[in-house]
Amino acid sequence: MAKHYSSFERGNWRWFLQRITAIFLIGALAFHFVTLHFINHAADISFLGTQARMSEIGYFSLMVTFLVAGAFHGVNGVYNGLVNAGLEGRQKQIVGTILIIATLLLIGQGLRVAVAMTTLF
Amino acid sequence: MAQSYDRGAVESFGRWREFQAGMWAWILHKLTGWILVGYLFTHIAVLSTAVGVDPGAAATEVDTYTQTLQGLEGLLIVRFLEIGLLTVAVFHILNGIRLLFVDLGLGLDVQDASFYASLILTALITLSSLPTFLGGAL
Repeated sequence: MAKHYSSFERGNWRWFLQRITAIFLIGALAFHFVTLHFINHAADISFLGTQARMSEIGYFSLMVTFLVAGAFHGVNGVYNGLVNAGLEGRQKQIVGTILIIATLLLIGQGLRVAVAMTTLF
Repeated sequence: MAQSYDRGAVESFGRWREFQAGMWAWILHKLTGWILVGYLFTHIAVLSTAVGVDPGAAATEVDTYTQTLQGLEGLLIVRFLEIGLLTVAVFHILNGIRLLFVDLGLGLDVQDASFYASLILTALITLSSLPTFLGGAL
């Protein structure tokens, strides 16, 4: 029987989340490009148009999930790349902490922007 | 039993002439990933102009958010940067799908061909999107 191949390591939740967010982001990123470049031309974007879209609960929750998934997937990818390039020990801890803070700040500011764009709250 | 393949530290880029399709796919996936995450931070910074928008100004499209976005879209260089972003995003998506299959152990024997297919599809999608991205008021 052919050997089963998988890059999964038992207990590695970041590996799992990176794949789950990847699957979500394939659809969400494609939807984002189509909505804001092909259906609504980017040059015609206005605050009222953005507000109308963001005031629909489905669109709003999709964008917030997109933000959180994108931030995790992107920053975790950067961290993986750095570890792969040889980052270890104390440097790894410091870079990891900085990246976690950067992610939280990005998500925090993104949520602030999302709330400013909607009439839901 | 599940096995993981330890590739070790990053390859020596001085040997780039010897790199095969899989290595180029790996390099391009990392590069496009770095660009996309960098863009995400920039994107949220630009969209932050939506915070504290004056409703009166928004009604006549003279608010900071609308003016900033339409002002940026009025620059030809921004349109070309957006096309670059689309290319980067499409390649990362298509190669990402390829990687998900590789992770499942599917299509390992055609991973070179699927990388070339990702490149060709990226080029086709980008080229067919040019009119949309360059259209509209400049």
